[in-house]
Amino acid sequence: MTEFFGVPLAVLTGQMMIGLINGSFYALLSLGLAIIFGLLNVINFAHGAFYMLGAFVSWWLLNHAGIGYWPSLALTPLIVGLLGAVFERTMLRRLYGLDHLFSLLLTFGLALALEGLFRWIYGAGGKSYPVPASLTGVYNLGFMVLPVYRAWVILASLVTCLLAWVVIEKTPLGARLRAATENPYLVTAFGINVPLMLTLTYAAGVGLAGLAGAMAAPIYQVSPNMGSSLIIIVFAVVVIGGMGSIMGSIVTGLMLGVLEALTKVFFPTASAITVFIVMILVLLLRPAGLFGKDR
Amino acid sequence: MAHRYKDFRPQLLPAGPRITLLLAVAAVALLAPLTIYPLFLVKVLCFMLFAAALNLVLGFAGLLSLGHAAFFGAAAYAFAQSAKVWGWPFEVSLLFGVLVGGALGLVFGLIAIRRQGIYFTMITLALAQMIYFLAVQAPFTGGEDGIQNVPRGSLLGLIDLRDTTTLYYVSLVIVIACLLLIRRVVHSPFGHILGAIRENETRVTSLGLDVSRYKLLAFTLSAALSGLAGALKASAFQLATLADVSWHISGEVVLMVLIGGIGTLWGPLIGAIFVVMIGHFLATSGLPVSLVVGAVFMACVMLFRRGFYGETLEYLRNRLLRDLPARAKPGP
Repeated sequence: MTEFFGVPLAVLTGQMMIGLINGSFYALLSLGLAIIFGLLNVINFAHGAFYMLGAFVSWWLLNHAGIGYWPSLALTPLIVGLLGAVFERTMLRRLYGLDHLFSLLLTFGLALALEGLFRWIYGAGGKSYPVPASLTGVYNLGFMVLPVYRAWVILASLVTCLLAWVVIEKTPLGARLRAATENPYLVTAFGINVPLMLTLTYAAGVGLAGLAGAMAAPIYQVSPNMGSSLIIIVFAVVVIGGMGSIMGSIVTGLMLGVLEALTKVFFPTASAITVFIVMILVLLLRPAGLFGKDR
Repeated sequence: MAHRYKDFRPQLLPAGPRITLLLAVAAVALLAPLTIYPLFLVKVLCFMLFAAALNLVLGFAGLLSLGHAAFFGAAAYAFAQSAKVWGWPFEVSLLFGVLVGGALGLVFGLIAIRRQGIYFTMITLALAQMIYFLAVQAPFTGGEDGIQNVPRGSLLGLIDLRDTTTLYYVSLVIVIACLLLIRRVVHSPFGHILGAIRENETRVTSLGLDVSRYKLLAFTLSAALSGLAGALKASAFQLATLADVSWHISGEVVLMVLIGGIGTLWGPLIGAIFVVMIGHFLATSGLPVSLVVGAVFMACVMLFRRGFYGETLEYLRNRLLRDLPARAKPGP
């Protein structure tokens, strides 16, 4: 069997695959955080909770409404986005004029409350979500065995990230969004409904988190604490990449996922803290983040 | 200190009621063990100190840390390890906890202060999570079980601390001493500079002061005091576990400060009583603590951002302002 630094190639590629999958979720979540932060200037602590909500919504759709994977892939982001829009309209909106501290604490409270609520209803244990029939099976690539579903997740999240990038950077809607980020007053003066745009941006950001949750459901266990354990790592990813650029979030997310997987192969005990070590190094060497402009 | 800054703000209450209130608080603190379970009271004291320590950076320097559980939990482990495995006496183990908390605070501070605002918060949270993962893996922490049956020993070899009521009075003295220290720091020139940094960091830099050094000093002091709180809690419950290092504790202590009143001296103490009581009553109800804590968090941010104590002060201030013209008029 082929070996690479004393590690069988199949093990290495298998871990790389897991790394790419984790990395895709880091990328999707940090992208949503960056979009929300860019326009609303709010760091959405509840992002992990919306990701968890997405997984639970698709689980609920399957088990209680008989709606399968493909329709729920479209429905879940809509439902989660709608809930996000309601939250933004009723609560978050009232805090825009105040210190950052309060919006962070409000979303932190929401994250705690949602996690507690789901633990109360469903218990701390995980629920499993079957891989859809059309995506079961494996590709045999010769040097490794690739489960179809995992390949799909990596592809789908990459396409979603690129799509988000195109929408923001290349369309008239994205141009307005970027203009409102720079100067909301001026954009309002041009007759654009900025408050509506804020709501939609928040909804889109958490919708992305919901989509990530729906895609994650067949891979990880659907459990109440799946969000909080992920979001802290995503925060570290955001600190490393900086929230200045959309492409930066995507690249940093994938890169760290792979790096984490490689650590798991070569130094298994350090894998849980890899991202944090990288964060410390980046802060010491390049405090603004890899792609960041300090603000 | 060459000179002490005098607080020129008007007293909101006349001297009589103020002294009466203070005496009442003192009486409650001294007599509480007669009617209330002493272990619960020690827990309240520990969280009062923890919340007041966090408020030193959150309220008086404007730095929101979501990583303070790392100092609290690491010091709890340090106390448990030194008292149980190495057999150190109570006061030395306590001091060791303070040192571990402070040292960790210095390291966190050196890293986190390189960024501002929300980035600072995210970095403290991430660093604390790293400490959590290290605690999960390190052999001496005992994983999920934690370090159990930690001996309390005795204070200076004279006062036996196995009796929880005695431990309560010892903790009361320690916590009051620390609270007075915090009060002294807040009213010192150093404290005023921290306040200036909170209001306008660029301005303070332009005055030629090294902002990072002040922040770092405040952060380290806050971490050391949080460490003391964690070590005290480990001694009271004779236990150090992963729960003490988890991000939920960091969140709870922020809630204590918020709900009591950010940037006030009494607020965190009131908040600590309130949040510890919530936890106590929920323990038997089956409702998860995080659901209620999260809901209270949201209610507090939406409805009374100044906190219980802060809103009371605001009410008294408004009343004073309303009454001022009437008082200024000469009597008939």
